[in-house]
Amino acid sequence: MSLLSVENITKTFEDTEVLKGIGFEMNQGEVLSIIGSSGSGKTTLLRCLNFLESPDTGTISVNGQLLFDASDKGKMTEADIRRNRLHFGLVFQSFNLFPQYTALENVMLAPRLLAKEQGNLKDKEEEIRSQGEELLRQMGLSDRMTNYPHQLSGGQCQRVAIARALALKPDILCFDEPTSALDPELTGEVLRVIRELATKHTTMIIVTHEMLFARDVADHVIFMDGGVIVEQGLASDVIDNPQNERTKKFLSRY
Amino acid sequence: MFYEVTLSLIGGFVTTIELFVLTLVFALPLGLIISFGSMSRHSVLRVPIRFLIWIIRGTPLLLQLLVFYYGPGIILHTNIWGSGDEGRFMAALVAFVINYSCYFSEIYRGGIQSIPKGQYEAGEVLGLTKSQIFFKIVLLQVIKRIVPPISNEVITLVKDTSLARVIAVYEIIWSGQAFIKSAGIIWPLFYTGAFYLAFSGLLTVLFAAIEKKLEYFR
Repeated sequence: MSLLSVENITKTFEDTEVLKGIGFEMNQGEVLSIIGSSGSGKTTLLRCLNFLESPDTGTISVNGQLLFDASDKGKMTEADIRRNRLHFGLVFQSFNLFPQYTALENVMLAPRLLAKEQGNLKDKEEEIRSQGEELLRQMGLSDRMTNYPHQLSGGQCQRVAIARALALKPDILCFDEPTSALDPELTGEVLRVIRELATKHTTMIIVTHEMLFARDVADHVIFMDGGVIVEQGLASDVIDNPQNERTKKFLSRY
Repeated sequence: MFYEVTLSLIGGFVTTIELFVLTLVFALPLGLIISFGSMSRHSVLRVPIRFLIWIIRGTPLLLQLLVFYYGPGIILHTNIWGSGDEGRFMAALVAFVINYSCYFSEIYRGGIQSIPKGQYEAGEVLGLTKSQIFFKIVLLQVIKRIVPPISNEVITLVKDTSLARVIAVYEIIWSGQAFIKSAGIIWPLFYTGAFYLAFSGLLTVLFAAIEKKLEYFR
């Protein structure tokens, strides 16, 4: 059974139909890359998966459990949405770190609040801290834990953001153009940690414009254009040997 | 004479400070509630509140003091303020609180709306509740941004308290001016100025300290 199953997602903003019936599946431990030009709907798709946008139609299931069904959206409470969100993590293009917290505090904030809500913050405090420190170490930030975001480079900020998303142990980690706001020299360090996560079989969906990276790291690639999936398949097939004319035209620019 | 003037001015200054402190105590939180109303998605709430803010910010505080004090008695034929000094002080306090909470609400609104949407979204995808997002992520960033404009308003309030004399609240300028009539001397008025300067100087130092305290993040 596939880990994530998405069916017939549509989303319209005002008069613009941004997603026109998206469906795909992915397995545990798989890396899926979504490529396509700006405005193709890939970011909106990612935002739908993270419940930042509410699709007009369609369903989202994780591990066979139906998380979202547009046909009875009305029944979803805020608590349902919050619980569903924990299946997914999202790393933003612009990091969105919390400026008043140190790198470590950024990573620990959500686990702490969750533990506090469950009434066992005292028991878990140590565990949360050591887990946060371990995540930042994995990101190569051992000496940056007590720095505030404004004291970090863009690449370091994005790695803190990745650690923060991982702290809640999501089933699927999503990246929305994680290197688009970075200088070329900082792009490498972020791609390196994502690559490392891939070798550990972290299930990831990566929206990216880094074609070489997508081919290397992703197992599967989806090419989107105009709100539909034009082509999907093995990363090497789609990127090196595209079948559809639109895919060929898009990739010829890289 | 100097001793006598000092005593009298201190008496007036106590009233000034009371009005100042009580106005802040009520107007700072009330302003936050008004700012939420003015940002509400529901127009039944938003429109009347924006209208109230327009009226309060668009008319002189002096006029509002007079209307608040005399209005109830003349229109409703009941003296809701009670009698004597206390009643006049109450009327002045209510007028100040409403006036300043409207100004504060606009400062809060500006501060809250200046926080990037990404901060809320980052909190949402981490499974935080709306109130956790506001109190744990947004609030301190808002406070940092609004300290300078709030300090401006607070220092203005120190001096605006003198307007309360229009409904015979015996604040410090009233006390100083009394000596012009009774003793034919002008220097007590300059002396009141010294009180204002000292107090606003103290506030300036206080707000600078708060700004410094929040400098650790950007």
